Amino acid sequence: MQAALDSAELGYKVYLLEQEPAIGGNMAKLDKTFPTNDCAMCMISPKLVETGRHLNIEIISYADLEKVEGEAGNFTVKINKKARYVNEETCNGCGECEQECPVARRDAFNGELSERKAIYRLYPQAIPNVYTIDKSTPYAPCKGSCPAGVNVQGYTALIAKGKFQEALNLIREQMPFAGVCGRICHHPCEDNCNRKDIDEAVSVRNLKRFVADYEKELLQKGEIADVSAVGENDIEEVKRAEKVAVIGGGPGGLTCAHDLVKKGFQVTVFEAADKLGGMMRTGIPDYRLPKDYLDYEIDLLIKDGIEVKTGLEYGKDFTTTDLKNEGYTSVFFSTGAQKAKQIPLEGSDAKGVMYGIPFLRQISKGEKPPIGKHVAVIGGGNVAVDVARSALRLGSKVTIVYRRTQKEMPAHSWEIEEALEEGVELRNSWSPAKVAQSEGKVTGLEVERCITIHKGDGKKSLEVDPEQRMTIEADTIIPATGQECDLSTIEDFIETEKGLISTDPLTLETSEEGIFAGGDVVLGPSSLVESVAQGHRAAESISRYIDGENLRTDREPVMDVGDYAKTPENADKKRIGRTEPSMPDPEERNRTFIEIEKTFTKEDAIREAQRCLQCASCAECMECVRTCKADAVDHNQKDEQKELKVGAIIATGGFKPFDASQKPEYGYGIFPNVITSVQFERVLSASGPYEGHVKRPYDGKKPKKIAWIQCVGSRDVTTGNDYCSSVCCMYAIKEAMIAKEHDPEIEPTIFYIDIRAFGKGFESFYNQAKYDAGVRFVRSQISSVKENPLSRGLQLSFIKDGGYVEEEFDMVVLSVGLTAHPSNNTLGDILNIERNKFGFFEEKQLQPLASSREGIYLCGAGNGPKDIPETVMQGSAAAALCSELLKSVRNTEASVKEYPVEKQVEGEEPRIGVFVCHCGINISSVVDVEEVSEYLKKLPGVVHAEHTLYTCSQDTQKKMREIIDEQNLNRIIVASCTPRTHEGLFQETLREAGLNKYLFEMTDIREQCSWVHQKEPELATRKAKSLVKGSVGKSAFQEPISLKTISINKDALVIGGGISGMTAALSLANQGFKVHLTEKNDKLGGNLAYLNRELDGEDWQTFLKNKINEVEAHELIDTYLNTNIEAVNGSIGNFSSQLNGGHKDEIEHGVTILATGADEYKPEGFLYGKKDNIMTQRDLEFELEKKEKFGTVVMVQCVGSRDDKHQYCSRVCCSEAIKNAIYIKEKDPGADVYILYRDLRTYTYREVFYRKARELGVKFIHFPDEEYPEVTEENNELKVRVNDTVINSYITIRPDHLVLSAGIVANNDVNQHLSELMKLPLDEHGNFMEAHVKLRPVDFASEGIFVCGLAHSPKNTEENITQALAAAGRAATILSKDTLEVGGVVSEIEEEKCASCLTCLRECVFDAPFVNDNGKAEIDPAKCQGCGNCAAACPAGAIQLLTFTDKQEEALYRNILEEEIPVE
Amino acid sequence: MDENKEPKIIAFCCHYCAFTAADLAGTMRQQYPPNIHIVRLPCTGKVHMNMLLQAFVDGADAVMVAGCEVGSCHFLEGNIRAKKRVENTKRKLEEVGINPEKLEMYHIAASEGPLFAQTSREFTDKIKKILENETVKT
Repeated sequence: MQAALDSAELGYKVYLLEQEPAIGGNMAKLDKTFPTNDCAMCMISPKLVETGRHLNIEIISYADLEKVEGEAGNFTVKINKKARYVNEETCNGCGECEQECPVARRDAFNGELSERKAIYRLYPQAIPNVYTIDKSTPYAPCKGSCPAGVNVQGYTALIAKGKFQEALNLIREQMPFAGVCGRICHHPCEDNCNRKDIDEAVSVRNLKRFVADYEKELLQKGEIADVSAVGENDIEEVKRAEKVAVIGGGPGGLTCAHDLVKKGFQVTVFEAADKLGGMMRTGIPDYRLPKDYLDYEIDLLIKDGIEVKTGLEYGKDFTTTDLKNEGYTSVFFSTGAQKAKQIPLEGSDAKGVMYGIPFLRQISKGEKPPIGKHVAVIGGGNVAVDVARSALRLGSKVTIVYRRTQKEMPAHSWEIEEALEEGVELRNSWSPAKVAQSEGKVTGLEVERCITIHKGDGKKSLEVDPEQRMTIEADTIIPATGQECDLSTIEDFIETEKGLISTDPLTLETSEEGIFAGGDVVLGPSSLVESVAQGHRAAESISRYIDGENLRTDREPVMDVGDYAKTPENADKKRIGRTEPSMPDPEERNRTFIEIEKTFTKEDAIREAQRCLQCASCAECMECVRTCKADAVDHNQKDEQKELKVGAIIATGGFKPFDASQKPEYGYGIFPNVITSVQFERVLSASGPYEGHVKRPYDGKKPKKIAWIQCVGSRDVTTGNDYCSSVCCMYAIKEAMIAKEHDPEIEPTIFYIDIRAFGKGFESFYNQAKYDAGVRFVRSQISSVKENPLSRGLQLSFIKDGGYVEEEFDMVVLSVGLTAHPSNNTLGDILNIERNKFGFFEEKQLQPLASSREGIYLCGAGNGPKDIPETVMQGSAAAALCSELLKSVRNTEASVKEYPVEKQVEGEEPRIGVFVCHCGINISSVVDVEEVSEYLKKLPGVVHAEHTLYTCSQDTQKKMREIIDEQNLNRIIVASCTPRTHEGLFQETLREAGLNKYLFEMTDIREQCSWVHQKEPELATRKAKSLVKGSVGKSAFQEPISLKTISINKDALVIGGGISGMTAALSLANQGFKVHLTEKNDKLGGNLAYLNRELDGEDWQTFLKNKINEVEAHELIDTYLNTNIEAVNGSIGNFSSQLNGGHKDEIEHGVTILATGADEYKPEGFLYGKKDNIMTQRDLEFELEKKEKFGTVVMVQCVGSRDDKHQYCSRVCCSEAIKNAIYIKEKDPGADVYILYRDLRTYTYREVFYRKARELGVKFIHFPDEEYPEVTEENNELKVRVNDTVINSYITIRPDHLVLSAGIVANNDVNQHLSELMKLPLDEHGNFMEAHVKLRPVDFASEGIFVCGLAHSPKNTEENITQALAAAGRAATILSKDTLEVGGVVSEIEEEKCASCLTCLRECVFDAPFVNDNGKAEIDPAKCQGCGNCAAACPAGAIQLLTFTDKQEEALYRNILEEEIPVE
Repeated sequence: MDENKEPKIIAFCCHYCAFTAADLAGTMRQQYPPNIHIVRLPCTGKVHMNMLLQAFVDGADAVMVAGCEVGSCHFLEGNIRAKKRVENTKRKLEEVGINPEKLEMYHIAASEGPLFAQTSREFTDKIKKILENETVKT
């Protein structure tokens, strides 16, 4: 965000690409921030809003980078913007959809400790403030395996919420025979249900039946008037002339016909039988599917406009030629497989043999087929079972004869079971051989035994053993071994194959143009769902055919891919038995054709539906679509490709918290009360899963003892993360302190190796935690965590006083490290930039933030773990680097908005227009917006009041502008949501309508009314009236405010000629700005002159020489050596400074950068200065070059750091010591090098060198904080005595060299002087204090002045360079503009009232008031931040803060408080 | 006062913290009584005694001032000034015979939506009790 904001302010058009649905990154997840314990959201939220609103930042969220071509200055970037299924333009983030969405998922944002919905917003303050639907998984297995694609998960979710009608409507989108299917479907959905792995599949079929039956029941009871097979507006109103003939009125044909009718076509169904329904009618007996129910559902379809012609058989009564002549454009054949397959059986011509299909057809007509007492049914399919059960119901004894085993029967297992229960006898593994007969009448069925032979090649074959033979008694034999299609009338003009019509499986086209076919005639005997699927497919093809469109583009594939959503992780795996519908006893049911299965009760249905695991991340139940009043949800949205032309790229990458489950010894994911620090951050957060209450995840109990384990996934060779993540120590301390603040009973303990509190203000924070806040620190590495199964507490063993002790904690927090985000890899490949071995982006040697590819810059945690201010600095610095590269095109692409000339309204009577927003139903469902708006019309000054559905929508905005014009309004109020997000938008509208934006006032009746008083609509309405009345009162006193434009001096003054000052000066000069660089000494270079090498061996001195040459040669840099600043006047854009000693006495400049540096501490004690072989690291640096042998070297850390006089860490000394130690050991492996330390602070990759030093044999001795090593001299020999805490005893070393790692101390005199001149704050250590430790690390509260380098705080050279670039970037945002607009919400002083008491000068922290030539106080609008503190403090009441004047404020609350004016 | 009348409470909230928290309370649907009427200020440092007293004169039954947490003020010290002024105003209220407990200063960070709601509930309850007692006495 910082890089984007700065780049945009530098005059460039910025595209901000984000892969998540919203910007904000990891900081948005944080509760508080160290070292000030400021609220993270308080800081980031204004940045989010600023970024979201910036005219020249285009946020492209939820998008992936796909390709980058070209070169620095001219890149082409290809982006894939992922479908979020919500229209970003129309969604206004009201959140109604979220309330209704039935699918809950673990919320990754909340560390998976709570749930979010399938339609979600990353966090409440997200920018862009729009929702996203998570469709990251494939379809749920139920939906995926349904041939007709019925949205099973969707309707199940709706049933679970008691939304039966919505569920039925959803089913009907794909399945016109909901109730039929709910009775007879073979339910592949249940076969594939993931719940089977837990207990049993969800009873999906019965759920579907329930909703269909429930509707019918309501209809019968008269509770609903009408039932329709289609949802609202699903039928095209415009009817079309084209006619389509559907031949065959079975499920496929009817589906196709209904789909086409919905599209407006004229459809006729030709049915050979006298009633519609096909096999649904003739093949399925009443006890499974009652005919009246079938009629009911078919009638629903017909009602929508299908013409039906029954009793007309194709080929006999009409042909395709007839159809063509009658004007039918297209034909769909779905005549089914109505013919029974004949089997070769000896004696099958005997009387008493009849086939299954005609048998069932007779039954379906209500006729009684002539069967005897003993019926033998041949076959093992569903038809055979239906025949058997029907025959049983007609009073016969029935035996099914089947060649194979029961398991191998193709009929559904539950049908077979039910048949057996009812008394059907089953003869498995018997093959019919011959019909036994007497006098041409059947007497029995002779059968032979079937044996499965296993062949050697693993194959099996079924063979008959003629030796085993018997006769089954039967007077009727019904073969039911299959069905066939009768194609006799078709095959002469359409291609067929193996008894089926040949079609293209994707489009169902036949060989004859315009003729399509589907269902059993194409598939062979198939199920209801399959036929329905074919009906839909044919309808789509026919519609495209008629419209002349391509039949094949974007068609759903036919084959089920089988890639289904898995059971969601963290799903509740508790076993809950499946609900079965009730059924009469077999003896009761087997004598009647009355439907067996009973439908679910409402309660059954809801309970059963709630068993659904919601496997797919979105159920597509369409609740969001129904709920959204703004019509923003679009489930058909597709990914979108974008191409951008850009000059430079900033890769911010990012980090991913270490996956703690990679360290199973800590029990994360195994023991519920072990959580990660990221999760704990959410636990602490007021907007987190527990609303800020510290609780254990296992039982929600308040924990008393909490342990933090440091370095989980950091400094760890076993996980490959042998670097330090640099922030964990600090965040752990912060979390421990905040936890204790939340609940003083908590006893926090932090287990650590080294506490790395190396940043500005960190050491005091650590001390505060340790000595004041009651955080216990234990220096011991924890190797494993064990759980006490009774208490669910966690046992840790650690070293205390030299021995192991064990202690139990209620909760353990793992301080997980920062690892490179996995997307760095793909991003790095696409950008073609290098990564280091840890996966972070690699910076060029001695060129911080430059990637390996020209024109691509780095910032943030993508190039290594770091904390927030460093990230922010890098953002500004990267912007500066871009600006250097692209200086020639500055302000060419950035847009400036033009507005109409403002109307003059001064002196006019207020004409107030009020717009009261419904916000969909967010406001209007609680607050009576109509009443509010009627009430407003009666208030004085209000000439227009209305209520609008979404006031922020584009059409309402347009209307608003028109009304302003028509009604000549001069004050506008919008009563809707929060001004924090929407005030800017409405102010824009005013400007577009020619009104000054300060004539706008906003009342929040959503966040402050409807959402927080949901149960008190009357009081909420009353309050809304009061609040808007308040705004009306204030509005009347509003005046236009004109901004003053001041010109900007484009020169910069940089104070300090060290590496920071030079870097800042060079960057500004390279961006095209004139720079005055002052240096108090006689040469440039500062402290870098004392540094020889970098840790990795890079040569600083050559680098420095080049830098100095570059500065001296640059035509835009004037260098003033031996120069100090005498005086500074003016403010942002126009400073003037007096120099001494230089060639020029006074300089005019628009910005100032302080880079005054710092000094090395001159050690006291340790015999320093008394002997030549005692030196500081700086002294050693060049001394090393001169020596070959070193003997014994002792280095003492923290000399002049972290002691009573210097309560801060100097950050660089540990690395310096290690650098020099390595150098010594590499040059002289025989040397003995000791480093005596308190905490070794080799943060980030410096850790790698720490390990290298240990490997080289450098000895590290830890001494206690309060007990520095003692240095004495004995016989001209040095003696160092140190308390080694590891072995718990004293050691004496006699070094040849004693090296003191001296700290960094502020340049007190210089800083003090400048602080007074420019009224800039210093911290207690003498460093300049930035405007905000986290988010404004190089700015001052006083604008136009920036700080960088050691003047800010101790840091290493590369960090200084980065900060200097950041300061240059920030400074250039001012210099790149020609003018500055000042004023607006600022304070103004009425000179006559001013008593010159100077109170305001004392009050203002921004140094805005000054004494003018009249001796009166005046406020510099360029400096004023609009806080109004001076106005409140002024004893004479002479100061008014514009837009918050006393008059306006008083009118506001007086009007709120006044009793309601009664509305007649 | 009329027993059936709901007390009206003015809540002066600073834009950057307490007002943002109030927004979040809304987003999180944290319920609190409709007696609270928020007046937004850039900073609680803008609050001065006259303004607080005037609110009572104009009919407020109670006033709360809600700013950033100590040390987190967007304008550095405004909330500390407000706290002092609230203390002074409380003394003034006492002088003129108004229960000083009808005025209170709170510090609520932007992320503390639930705390805003809770504070509003508690303050309203307290005020209602004070008002009840006053009614009984008169």
